Amino acid sequence: MATHLSAAATRPRHKRVLPGLSLSLGTSLLFISLILLLPMSGLVMQSVDMGWDRYWQVISDERVVASYKVTLWAALIASIFNGFFGLLLAWVLVRYEFPGRRILDALVDLPFALPTAVAGITLATLYAQNGWYGEILESLGLKVAYTPWGIVLAMAFTSIPFVVRTVQPVLEELSPEEEEAGMTLGASDWSVFRRVIFPALWPALMTGIALSFTRSLGEFGAVIFIAGNMPYVSEITSLMIFVSLQEFDFPAASAIASVVLIASLILLFAINIWQARYLRRLHGRS
Amino acid sequence: MSSSKHSSSQLRVGDSPLVKWLLIGLTLFLTAILLVVPLIAIFQQAFVEGAAHYFNSLIEADTLHAIGLTLVVAALTVPINLVFGVMLAWAVTRFEFPGRKILMTLMDIPFAVSPVVAGLLYLLLYGNNGWIGSWLYDHDIQLMFAWPGIVMVTVFVTCPFVARELIPLMQQQGREDEEAAVILGASGWQLFRRVTLPNIKWALIYGVILTNARAVGEFGAVSVVSGNIRGETNTLPLHVQLQYEDYQAAAAFASASLLAMIALLTLLLKAFIEWRQERSLKIEAEKERQVTQ
Repeated sequence: MATHLSAAATRPRHKRVLPGLSLSLGTSLLFISLILLLPMSGLVMQSVDMGWDRYWQVISDERVVASYKVTLWAALIASIFNGFFGLLLAWVLVRYEFPGRRILDALVDLPFALPTAVAGITLATLYAQNGWYGEILESLGLKVAYTPWGIVLAMAFTSIPFVVRTVQPVLEELSPEEEEAGMTLGASDWSVFRRVIFPALWPALMTGIALSFTRSLGEFGAVIFIAGNMPYVSEITSLMIFVSLQEFDFPAASAIASVVLIASLILLFAINIWQARYLRRLHGRS
Repeated sequence: MSSSKHSSSQLRVGDSPLVKWLLIGLTLFLTAILLVVPLIAIFQQAFVEGAAHYFNSLIEADTLHAIGLTLVVAALTVPINLVFGVMLAWAVTRFEFPGRKILMTLMDIPFAVSPVVAGLLYLLLYGNNGWIGSWLYDHDIQLMFAWPGIVMVTVFVTCPFVARELIPLMQQQGREDEEAAVILGASGWQLFRRVTLPNIKWALIYGVILTNARAVGEFGAVSVVSGNIRGETNTLPLHVQLQYEDYQAAAAFASASLLAMIALLTLLLKAFIEWRQERSLKIEAEKERQVTQ
């Protein structure tokens, strides 16, 4: 049905020569309906079933609200850190030639490739009191593992690649003329970076930070091992869903999940609209 | 790469040796602390009780079962998402239709959704209380807390990867080659095999590698629907958790080291693919230069 409609609506200037529209679009729509949309219907039904009062009671529960705060703050700090670290990595990878550059480039993707549970137990072991890092931090009077800072650390680790991989291509495409003009006129490195390079980079940087933030909000595997999971202090929202499920409280799990789902969908749509807009501006200019 | 491309004598930002080596030094220092040391720690912890203990814990029956299950899940997930990814990429890059953007955004949902929420979605629908699940229950079909459920959530979590790799590339390549082939009388399958596939080969392989890496390592979604039955529905990442929480740290890291090796292999293959792509671009540029001379 949908295939038929869209084929008819194809713009005339692109006269369709290529085969496979109904096959490819049909498969895609069927797949997305079965894999994505159908399962979401279950959540909607479960949440509607429980009634507004109970729904509100679950999602505004004190312990759950504390978990929203912890999750949001930790994700925010982690993604801002990655904004700086990612920009630095992208800059060094694009601008400089040095031994080991390729290895560094490959290593950036490690947090994507490494299963989150492995990252979780490794970070927990390293930062525990008797771990390599934990001992050093302990002697400085700092504690990371089993505190909210552990959550920040795990979130930062798992989302390192986002900023690097969004900023890197933009930095590569940057034309040198304006920059060289500024340098020749005697402006300092910092002021050329601030006035010429940064304005070209910041949409990509913001996209990377937003992606890193979204990923951090949903991170589970890496976080639960190092968080300590103390109620009101270091419980993340994904864990609250998990705990409700273990108590077989499906309505409560669904209610909390619906909050998380709505938040992440809003973020996703916002990022996509924002990205489309700055891409258009970028192409409009050149 | 691009620093050599614009190899003019002009000075660019951050070219002074002091700034350059300061930034490189800082980056390497942070990368060592954040990425390299944890990677080494996995293997160090795995061997902390000796090599014999390491190998013994890997050939334990439950561990072997977990490895087997993980491989089966990946072997089922990857082909499904490969077909879907190619279909979706073909539809959105080769045709214009209303709702194309919405389709691409929908595809990104699994990236944005917490894996625990993903697992819950499937549990609600296919679990014994769900509206499909209760029908399945009446017919004695058990999907949740069994391997089919694990495959289903893994497909969900990893479905964007292939399409994500293909779409930008296919958009950039445009449809001219394929349109020419059709005008010359190629059939649909010939077109795909002879024209499209060679063009997207490397991106496709990379998409498959990424899908595989995530499928092998998925934790949150799988732990919701697996039921964690030792020796039955435990995948390798869940097994790592179980061993770790059982205070068998060395055994947990031994299992984790297998997953880390898959991760390293993924990175290695990615680097190799990028090297191949760069080389083929260079060869083409060289050919063009010779032709114009």
